[in-house]
Amino acid sequence: MAKKLERREDRRPAQAGPWQYAPAPEARDIVAIKSRYGLFVGGEFVEPRSGRYFDTINPATEEKLAEVAEAGPADVDLAVQAARRAWERSWRDLPGRDRAMYLYRIARALQERSREFAVLESIDGGKPIKESRDVDLPLAAAHFFYYAGWADKLGYAFPGRSPRPLGVAGQIIPWNFPLLMAAWKLAPALATGNVAVLKPAETTPLTALLLAEVLQEAELPPGVVNIVTGAGETGAALVKHSDVDKVAFTGSTEVGKSIRRLVAGTGKRLTLELGGKAANVVFEDAPLDQAIEGIVNGIYFNQGHVCCAGSRLLVQESVFEPLLDKLKDRLQTLRVGDPLDKNTDVGAINSAAQLRKIEELVESGIDEGAEIYQPECALPERGFWFCPTLFTGVSQSHRIAREEIFGPVLSILTFRTPDEAVEKANNTPYGLSAGVWTEKGSRILWMTQRLRAGVVWANTYNRFDPSSPFGGYKESGFGREGGLHGLEPYLELVPANGSGQR
Amino acid sequence: MTSPRLGVRKTYKLYVGGAFPRSESGRSYPALDADGKVMARPARASRKDLRDAVRAARAAWKDWSGATAYNRGQVLYRVAELMEGRREQFVHEVEATGAAGPAADREVAAAIDRWVWYAGWSDKVHHLAGTVNPVAGPYFDFTFPESTGVVGVVAPQEPSLLGLVSRLAAVVVSGNTAVVLASERWPLPAVTLCEVLATSDVPGGVVNVLTGYTKELVPWLASHMDVNALDLTGVPDDLVPAVEAAAAENVKRTVRDGPTDWFDDSAQSPYAIIDFMEMKTVWHPMGA
Repeated sequence: MAKKLERREDRRPAQAGPWQYAPAPEARDIVAIKSRYGLFVGGEFVEPRSGRYFDTINPATEEKLAEVAEAGPADVDLAVQAARRAWERSWRDLPGRDRAMYLYRIARALQERSREFAVLESIDGGKPIKESRDVDLPLAAAHFFYYAGWADKLGYAFPGRSPRPLGVAGQIIPWNFPLLMAAWKLAPALATGNVAVLKPAETTPLTALLLAEVLQEAELPPGVVNIVTGAGETGAALVKHSDVDKVAFTGSTEVGKSIRRLVAGTGKRLTLELGGKAANVVFEDAPLDQAIEGIVNGIYFNQGHVCCAGSRLLVQESVFEPLLDKLKDRLQTLRVGDPLDKNTDVGAINSAAQLRKIEELVESGIDEGAEIYQPECALPERGFWFCPTLFTGVSQSHRIAREEIFGPVLSILTFRTPDEAVEKANNTPYGLSAGVWTEKGSRILWMTQRLRAGVVWANTYNRFDPSSPFGGYKESGFGREGGLHGLEPYLELVPANGSGQR
Repeated sequence: MTSPRLGVRKTYKLYVGGAFPRSESGRSYPALDADGKVMARPARASRKDLRDAVRAARAAWKDWSGATAYNRGQVLYRVAELMEGRREQFVHEVEATGAAGPAADREVAAAIDRWVWYAGWSDKVHHLAGTVNPVAGPYFDFTFPESTGVVGVVAPQEPSLLGLVSRLAAVVVSGNTAVVLASERWPLPAVTLCEVLATSDVPGGVVNVLTGYTKELVPWLASHMDVNALDLTGVPDDLVPAVEAAAAENVKRTVRDGPTDWFDDSAQSPYAIIDFMEMKTVWHPMGA
């Protein structure tokens, strides 16, 4: 932790010590982690041509979990070739009903092995078992189940159009919801008749590699899904590969822009799901206790490693003080620590690099004059941790109000009128999500119309469902994942004969 | 003895914010007819003109996107009414592009019909693009399309009028405002269309049209940070990589979609409207 944070003396002392809970650890012996993982190409695990491996660690303990192959350009090329072969030889012409059957198998297998996946997700990524068990895994399975059903119904999705698959999809996913993001990418791609080369994030490759086992057991034709592990260079090789027809990326806006440049002029289809700096707007008539839960869920869920996190809290001035008191009390009850403990609310920060980024931005908040509050918070000795944090006295120009922190750090601003709330909420280059809290129905709809964001949660926050499209406005990206809309990025829509144009 | 009457020639100017300014640069360029004869000297817009046009488009966006869909539909239908009244002039200008009389007539008729076709989508595209989502929980969840914002439209070089109308109508019908780079080779029908727009009920700034050199203007349009999306249909192939790369800076949506036959029904599509719309998903809990 940086010096300035340590010598902070004006920090409001916690009103009560943290509650003591008996440890309730989830057993981790359900998971067998191999010492070394190859690349998943053509239905098999293979040694990387690059000859290189990198370590994946447990961010809660810094212990090394496994060595994972680093795919170089030659490896990526082999994976793309395997995908192309699979597409041309089988998958492209497979009836939708058969594609559906494979996806249903995958969904069921994830449900059957959900405990194993959840534990592994928490070990490799640091998220609380409560969340990987109750959010990531059920949603990942549901996503495959939902899109399985679409595979043989695509003709009904776009009136006047015949849908055709694109071919090979290069898919790059982030470390915050590793398996869930793999599901968001693979399920619609496969349902629509495409094949995939998936690149998981370098800090969280293990659940994707366990998914490869599920795909083998499901007897998915070899090459339909290939998994290349590695960091940014692996991703760049995938994006640049001339035989990739479609690129789908979820991650930071900065990397998204560089991918957009790489794809420029190639004719490859592209969807981007990028960063956010969502406003969570609380009006004076809001049910405050519910709003507090929504605010906490909005920013401290998954350690704030959430692109749609409600990181800017906009509070109507008249309720600022009671809300702040309640929020501080609530923060004190958050349990930070062992991700495998079933009581843990806030787990480990995903990586040392991410922790440094959070600390740097929190420093900037203090330097620029915002007032920091952190509850009393005992952190483990080893691993990467950050206490749930909030800032008051934040102005719109502060970095902590403009930049995505991607950590458990809330910036609180105030407003007086609905117009001012809209103005402030939209005063960002991002536009992924927003929250509105009020008991007044007409105001919800009025706000909903004006907030420039792809997802608006009214009197709730951070809800996800495979049938519900997700994606951003402005610099938060383009394209939608989930629902009917999530099919389009993987299809060419050819005018149907006798389509309804006459 | 009286001399034959000399006709009054038209000055072809830019259309920005509902007004017809010359280029602030004071430049113009010769617009030649199919025989190489100078027909007119339209304005050669500058980077500054383009920024003014974007500002006008942004200023107009709030009210245009906030208008009811029925209202936008009527306003755009009214444009077709006025185009009909100016058919002769359009035909004359399209003829100068080398289209023989009946072909010019056919293009103008097709352009008017296309405008009417798109106008009718204003209050229907939502049925096609919107969904109610059956989420697994006690929430009401729905998705509906909204306009993207300011859209840069690089009109195809030809057909000068039908190509422009096909792309522009799809952009503005949903509530977007547009900054159009007219066909460099055949700019005159675009300017005449502006005169139609100016005398119709389309608010100033909803459509802004620049004439000039495509290569000179496109890079500024592509990199402008207050443009949300680009229709690159009229961008020459060799410029596409640079234009798409420049569009990355503020994550512009880009579309390049030229039909093989502009006269065919397949050149019009509600999906061309949806290409320039954003999908918004709203959740609300259900409970007594």
